[in-house]
Amino acid sequence: MASKTININLKIWRQKNANSKGSMETYKLDNVSTDSSFLEMLDQLNEQLVNERQEPIAFDHDCREGICGMCSLYINGEAHGPDRAITTCQLHMRKFKDGETIYVEPWRAKAFPVIKDLVVDRSAFDRIQQAGGFVSVNTSGRTMDANAIPIGKAEADKAFEAATCIGCGACVASCVNASAMLFVSAKVSQLALLPQGQVEAHQRVLNMVKQMDEEGFGNCTNTGACAVECPKEISLENIARMNREYFRAMVTAE
Amino acid sequence: MSILDSKIPEGHISQKWTDYKDHLRLVAPNNRPKIDIIVVGTGLAGASAAASLGEMGYNVKAFCFQDSPRRAHSIAAQGGINAAKNYQNDGDSVYRLFYDTIKGGDYRAREANVHRLAEVSGNIIDQCVAQGVPFAREYGGLLDNRSFGGTQVQRTFYAAGQTGQQLLLGAYSALSRQIGLGNVQMYNRHEMLDLVKVDGKARGIIARNLITGEIERHSAHAVIIASGGYGNVYFLSTNAMGSNVTAAWKAHKRGAYFANPCYVQIHPTCIPVHGTNQSKLTLMSESLRNSGRIWVPKKKEDAEAIRAGQLKPTQIAEEDRDYYLERRYPAFGNLVPRDVASRAAKERCDAGFGIEANETQEGVYLDFSSEIISKGKQAAYAAGNHNPSDEEVIALGKKWVESKYGNLFQMYEKITDENPYETPMKIYPAVHYTMGGVWVDYNLQSTIPGCFVAGEANFSDHGANRLGASALMQGLADGYFVLPYTVSDYLAGDIRTGKISIDSPEFLEAENNVKEMISKFMNNNGSRTVDHFHKRLGHIMWNKVGMARNAQGLTEAIAEIAALREEFYKDVFVPGDANELNPELEKALRVADFMELGQLMARDALQRNESCGGHFREEYQDAEGETLRDDENFKFAGAWEYAGMDINQSILHKEELKYEFIKIAARNYK
Ligand SMILES: Cc1cc2nc3c(=O)[nH]c(=O)nc-3n(C[C@H](O)[C@H](O)[C@H](O)COP(=O)(O)OP(=O)(O)OC[C@H]3O[C@@H](n4cnc5c(N)ncnc54)[C@H](O)[C@@H]3O)c2cc1C
Ligand code: SF4
Ligand code: FES
Repeated sequence: MASKTININLKIWRQKNANSKGSMETYKLDNVSTDSSFLEMLDQLNEQLVNERQEPIAFDHDCREGICGMCSLYINGEAHGPDRAITTCQLHMRKFKDGETIYVEPWRAKAFPVIKDLVVDRSAFDRIQQAGGFVSVNTSGRTMDANAIPIGKAEADKAFEAATCIGCGACVASCVNASAMLFVSAKVSQLALLPQGQVEAHQRVLNMVKQMDEEGFGNCTNTGACAVECPKEISLENIARMNREYFRAMVTAE
Repeated sequence: MSILDSKIPEGHISQKWTDYKDHLRLVAPNNRPKIDIIVVGTGLAGASAAASLGEMGYNVKAFCFQDSPRRAHSIAAQGGINAAKNYQNDGDSVYRLFYDTIKGGDYRAREANVHRLAEVSGNIIDQCVAQGVPFAREYGGLLDNRSFGGTQVQRTFYAAGQTGQQLLLGAYSALSRQIGLGNVQMYNRHEMLDLVKVDGKARGIIARNLITGEIERHSAHAVIIASGGYGNVYFLSTNAMGSNVTAAWKAHKRGAYFANPCYVQIHPTCIPVHGTNQSKLTLMSESLRNSGRIWVPKKKEDAEAIRAGQLKPTQIAEEDRDYYLERRYPAFGNLVPRDVASRAAKERCDAGFGIEANETQEGVYLDFSSEIISKGKQAAYAAGNHNPSDEEVIALGKKWVESKYGNLFQMYEKITDENPYETPMKIYPAVHYTMGGVWVDYNLQSTIPGCFVAGEANFSDHGANRLGASALMQGLADGYFVLPYTVSDYLAGDIRTGKISIDSPEFLEAENNVKEMISKFMNNNGSRTVDHFHKRLGHIMWNKVGMARNAQGLTEAIAEIAALREEFYKDVFVPGDANELNPELEKALRVADFMELGQLMARDALQRNESCGGHFREEYQDAEGETLRDDENFKFAGAWEYAGMDINQSILHKEELKYEFIKIAARNYK
């Protein structure tokens, strides 16, 4: 690892709370190790701010290894920053140049209101899952043996790929319409691809789409920006599958 | 000394749980909606408990500090989950899983609990598949398995390197369903800061709304704590940044005994530390030891040359590599249990063979080149190519490795900027899991009536060392298949109690307690950040209460932490306002509890004059550096009673462990 340090300038969105107006503020940070992650760089900035008796910048994070979906950040105009197939917590400072100015903003979408600084409210995603993102099976343990229904490897793998969505919201933040289609279609696809989920597939897609619309997410116009920024490379195929599921459900509902 | 009542039922080990369950009291469906249950935590243990109890018709309130229950730290588990299904027909059984777990825990776990865990393990897999969890499958459509350390069978179910994610999303979907149906009320971005006891029973919690800062009172007939492990007492660990001991510790301060705090699992395969600004360590799943071989150079000169950047690992000839696990433990090889593998890595690095060019020079290789070639050959043959070129073999082998471990390899490359398909991974042990936790009886009830503890937060099933892929199993077993029975039995006594008032003096006292602590931090006006103190605490813990411990170091640690704690309260600075989102305040409240815990861990390690599992006392080892247990004097779970801020006053109680069904023996992986 060729470790070195760089000095950077930061323009970061500060907003006291949901009701106040925010603005971009400028910070200078020296001696950032290129082996640091982007969030470790923000830790370093916060340490500096606290030592200067200023309020640190609030941002969401937890696992710091790309799986919990808690971190967000719009960095230099891209959700999760310039690298591909990663979350912000997996972005490393070696992707930036000495002297560079880095712009950091929260996710911007009507359905994701800002709580403070870079922290937004993504509970709309939870409500969509509560509307139908499950198989209605009780947790008795008295189901059938796990190997009772063989599932073709190809289908199982596709279901798994859809299921790797971490619920981060980058797809919404990257979309000009702030559409949540990629996120919703990932869950709909996962369950529609598995025999266990097929039983209530129609009701599920109708309920989830209804909730998605009520939360104020925009319509999908197939720009594909979501899939480009998605840290888990969730495929646009899922949106196509969800559309098919939705139309089939509409037809049978009538 | 008091005798802790573990409430282990009578009977043969294989019948205990079945018979016991049949005689537990029930709460009739019409009475359940009148009963409130609080669940703190939405990891595998908490989400499964909340979903199951909600489904039964109880009124459940669930809490987590993240912005969604789906983000609990269980999401990060990589490698897999064990179950005694014997789908691979390699001789597995409930008894073997039970036996492996007791042995893996170095004979320091309770037989009855572990057997129950093995019994319900199969149901977990059935349940998860029914929920749509996409486990890995073979071409025939059936479930695939892999091996984990400390076993000689293939019983680990997995979903690439994201097993925890898939299981948690399964539990989250069950929980979401109950939230949608109105049976569970979810409180995201809430942190439990105290437990409320009324007439000696757990009757509620005090929680802080992390967005508004409001201090809230929540009452219930029973409280379940499933708040995860306390590895972050070391500052650097594989745990998520927010993982903490606070919920469990507050229960401890209110009277729940805390057992075996010194049992910490140091995981052998993590990415080594890179610098002082590092915030956490990243695990490379144990499943990689199925395919990777661990080595360091045989010659010290080679290790030095590698550290100096003059040699590459790929330039070291086969005969100059020391595959030290295969050398020392031929029967289990690279798949020895974690504690054994970690100590062996430390031994090599202490002896000067470490390969990482950082301050500590600590690191060993995890090498996939043999596996790439063998799997590549297999793939070529399977495709009918019986005379493949080396390039073809390597390309096919890499493809196979990618299909098994792709996300882990990608994670490694992003962090280190090195390509593990081409050059071996560098790894080193790091704090990972805590076997200790709140003491619970067979019902998973703590010494406070009505306060149940599940998942990593309790001390229950793993003794002095946990086997890989068994924490996920335990979390779901506790939540889906144990608590619904035992909590109902307890609540059967509460059907006439009626709603618990939040206006009692007990709630007021607990709320004031929390408010006082917060205002102390907000008005402290010290000069140093919370992280400053947390890092110093971590430093003491890692050096003196870490992978190898001795009486002198532990005694020093106790005094050093006491001094650090005093300094912390005098000099910590918490900026901002208490009535808004304030991450620095959240951290300060957690670090305050870590300080007390750290001292207790050192005391516990000091009283345990033996080596067992993850607890290695340098004074107690044999000529080959293996652990020396002392069954005559230490075959007990050490449960500590809180006796005030001065941890030196905490009182040790002992639960003698009885081995009726397994013959206790020296642990041998050779
Ligand atoms: C990187 C990594 C990989 C792992 N891989 C494996 C594996 O392959 N197989 C395996 O079996 N095990 C593995 N483990 C271990 C396993 O993941 C954990 O032990 C297990 O998931 C813990 O589950 P839990 O439900 O007890 O707690 P957690 O999942 O940690 O959940 C804790 C919950 O409590 C909440 N909480 C905590 N404190 C408070 C508070 N004060 N107030 C309110 N809420 C609170 C949190 O919000 C969270 O919802 C791994 C662990 C790590 C760190
Ligand atoms: S689809 Fe991709 S971008 Fe959208 S929430 Fe899921 S992981 Fe994030
Ligand atoms: S912090 Fe968990 S995905 Fe980034």
